[in-house]
Amino acid sequence: MFDAGGKKKLVEVTNLKMHFPIFGGIMRRHVGDVKAVDGVSFDIYEGETLGLVGESGCGKSTCGRAILRLYELTDGSVRIDGTDIASWSPEELRQVRPTMQMVFQDPQASLNPRMTVAAIIGEPLDEHAKSSKAERLDRIYELMDAVGLNRDFANRYPHEFSGGQRQRIGIARALALNPKFIVCDEPIAALDVSIQAQVVNLLEDLQDKLGLTYLFISHDLSMVRHIADRVAVMYLGKVVELASRDQLYNDPKHPYTQALLSAVPEPDPAIEDTGERIILTGDVPSPANPPKGCNFCTRCPKVMDICRREDPVFKTVEKGRQVACHLYEAYQPAEETAA
Amino acid sequence: MPDGALPVLEVKNLKTVFRTRQGEVHAVNSVSFDLKPGELLGVVGESGSGKSVTMMSLIGLLPSPPAEVRNGQVLFGDRDLLQADDDTLRSIRGARIGFIFQDPMTSLNPVFTVGFQLMEPLRKHMGMSKAQARKRAKELLELVGIPDAAQRLKDFPHQFSGGMRQRVMIAIALACDPQVLIADEPTTALDVTIQAQILELVKELRQKLGMAIVWITHDLGVIAGIADRVIVMYGGQIVEHAPVRELFGNPQHPYTRALLQTIPTVHGGRAERLRVIDGQPPMLGAQPAACPFRARCTHRMDRCNRENPMRVAVGPDHDAACFWHPETGGERDV
Ligand SMILES: Nc1ncnc2c1ncn2[C@@H]1O[C@H](COP(=O)(O)OP(=O)(O)OP(=O)(O)O)[C@@H](O)[C@H]1O
Ligand SMILES: Nc1ncnc2c1ncn2[C@@H]1O[C@H](COP(=O)(O)OP(=O)(O)OP(=O)(O)O)[C@@H](O)[C@H]1O
Ligand SMILES: [Mg+2]
Ligand SMILES: [Mg+2]
Repeated sequence: MFDAGGKKKLVEVTNLKMHFPIFGGIMRRHVGDVKAVDGVSFDIYEGETLGLVGESGCGKSTCGRAILRLYELTDGSVRIDGTDIASWSPEELRQVRPTMQMVFQDPQASLNPRMTVAAIIGEPLDEHAKSSKAERLDRIYELMDAVGLNRDFANRYPHEFSGGQRQRIGIARALALNPKFIVCDEPIAALDVSIQAQVVNLLEDLQDKLGLTYLFISHDLSMVRHIADRVAVMYLGKVVELASRDQLYNDPKHPYTQALLSAVPEPDPAIEDTGERIILTGDVPSPANPPKGCNFCTRCPKVMDICRREDPVFKTVEKGRQVACHLYEAYQPAEETAA
Repeated sequence: MPDGALPVLEVKNLKTVFRTRQGEVHAVNSVSFDLKPGELLGVVGESGSGKSVTMMSLIGLLPSPPAEVRNGQVLFGDRDLLQADDDTLRSIRGARIGFIFQDPMTSLNPVFTVGFQLMEPLRKHMGMSKAQARKRAKELLELVGIPDAAQRLKDFPHQFSGGMRQRVMIAIALACDPQVLIADEPTTALDVTIQAQILELVKELRQKLGMAIVWITHDLGVIAGIADRVIVMYGGQIVEHAPVRELFGNPQHPYTRALLQTIPTVHGGRAERLRVIDGQPPMLGAQPAACPFRARCTHRMDRCNRENPMRVAVGPDHDAACFWHPETGGERDV
C-alpha cells in the first residue's frame, strides 16, 4: 500500500477491464463487446489529484464509475484503502459509500426533478449523518455558499436553474458527507471560467484542509494542468501515458499526448492564427473492434511497422513516468545509481 | 460574410420572465442582437446570465407557464416568431432553425434508438424514405466523428458516452441543413481533437450553405478561434458586443475585462491560484433599476447605483453598457 517514497496509495487499480456486451440479430444473441476499459492500471496516492484525460468515448467515465463499484468489473481489481472493492458486501458498501463520492458528468440526469435543492443536497445527510433540523439546514447553506449558489435558491427545483448552476448542486451534494475520495467526472465542463475557477479553488482548499483525494476526469487540459499532481492519458480503453503534471505538459512523450496538447485552442485571436497543430487523420477505431497492435496505430503520425503487429506494453520510461509506445525503451534503474 | 447584408435573424428588446412560487425571475431583460448570413456570433457570459433562456425564448421552446415572453420581436424572414403559432414554430424549428441543447440527456429521448431520432426529422422535414434517411443518418454520425456508425445507429442514448451524446445532438441539429443554427454549449463534453473536428465541420457548412450560427460557450479559446462577433451577457442583459479581435484586444465593460483575466492556459506560466470574480451574481427578482454588475464592479460610481446603463457605441460595431470609461478612468460622456 506504500510506495518506496513512503506515500500511501489510497486507490490501486490493476488491469481493470469493463466490457459491455453487444447483442445482435433477431435472437438478440451476444455478438461482441464494447471494450470501454480494457486493461488499465494506475495508483492514486492519498491527498493527490490524478487527472484523467482523453478523447470522448475513450472510457474515462466508465473507469471512474468502475472504481466506485457502480458496475461489476469484467476483470482486474480495484483496492481502496487496502481492501478489494469486489469483496465488499452490500452492507459494507453502504458503510463506505459516504467516504467515496462521484460528481456526475450529466448534471440533469443525476438530480431528482421532484426534490428541491435543499432536499437534494441534504439527502445524504439524512441517510448517513445524525443531525438536528437546524444543523442540517446550516450544513446545506454552508455547502451552497461553498459552491457559489445563492442561499435564497434553496427551495427551487433543478429545472429552475441554469446548466452551470445545476452542476454546482451536484458538487455540493457530493461534498455533504466530507468524503475522502471523490471521482469528479467533468465537474466544471458546464461552468463559466470564473465559476470554474471558484469550484477548482474550492476543491483545492478542501484538499489542503481535509486531505481529500481526487480522480479528476476532464477534457479541459488547461484546468487539469492547474489542478492535477499527476496526469493519466487514455486512448480507446487504455492508459497510454502517465506522468507528473510538469513532465507531461513540458515534454509529452506519447504521440497521442503530443497531438492532444497541440490542439488546445488559444484564448486570444491574435495567437490563434499562428498556432501549430498536429491534426490527427485516419479512422477513429471503435472500442468494439480495436485495431491489431497498438490502439493508436490507425491515426499515429509516427506509426512504425511494429505498431501494427504488437500492442506496446505500458512501461516505465523515466522515473515516475510510464508510456505505452514502441518509440521508447524501458528505463534502466541501473543508470540512475551510476549517476 | 458581406458587410451590410440583411440579417437572417433579428431580435429586438426581448424580455422573458419566470413566475415561480417565490416570485418573478427576470431572466432576460431587453436583449437585442442580429445575425447575418454565414456569420458566427459567439455568446459568452456568466452562468445563469440568461444565455440559454434567451435562445429558447426566440423559438418558443420555453413552457409557459412558468415562462412568459413579455416583450420584444424576433424577426426571421418576414415573420415575427413571437407571434407565430405552434405549428409554424414546430416546422421552423426542425428544418430552418437547428437547435443544439445544453443538456443532451434531456433532449434525447431515452426510449428511442439514436438512429430513430436522427431519421425522424429527415423523414418529416426532408421527405426522405426510410432507406434514404438511414443512409443519411449514418453519414451524419460519421461527420461528427462517431466510429462504427452503422452499428451505433441501433444503440440507445445511455449506451453512448457524454461526448458522443453531444455529437448526436449536433448531428440532429444539422440534419436538415438549417439556415440558422443555435448551439448552446455544444462542445462542453468534447475533447480538443474532436472539438477541432466539429469546428472544422461548422466552418465548412457556413461556407457551403451560408449557415448562420449562434454559438454559446464559456470557452473563450473556442470563441477566439471561430467567432466573427461576440456578445457578452451578465444578469440577463447584453453588457458588451464587439467583433472578436476587438473584444479580446480592447474590452470595455468591467465584467468582460474581469472574465478575460480568469482564463488559465496550457502554455506559459501556471498560477498557484486561479483568479475569480469576487461576489455573487444578481438575484434577478425584479426589473433591474441599476447596473446588474455594480455589486462586484471595481469601478463602481454613484450613478451605477441609480441607473441601469444602456448600450452605447464605443467604437465601430462595438458597444458596451457601462458608465465607466477605461481610458480616462472617469465617467463616460453619455
Ligand atoms: N424554469 C425556471 N424557473 C425559474 N428560473 C429559471 C428557470 N429557468 C431558468 N431560470 C433562471 O434564469 C436565469 C437564466 O438561466 P439560463 O439557463 O439562461 O442561464 P445561462 O446563461 O444559460 O447559464 P449557464 O451558463 O449556467 O447555462 C438563471 O438565473 C436561472 O436560475
Ligand atoms: N451502458 C453501456 N452500454 C454499452 N456501451 C457503453 C455503456 N456505457 C458506455 N459505453 C461505451 O463505452 C465507451 C466509453 O464510454 P465512456 O462514457 O466511459 O467514455 P468517456 O471517456 O467518459 O467519454 P466522454 O468524454 O464523451 O464522456 C463508449 O464507446 C460508450 O459508447
Ligand atoms: Mg464521460
Ligand atoms: Mg445555459
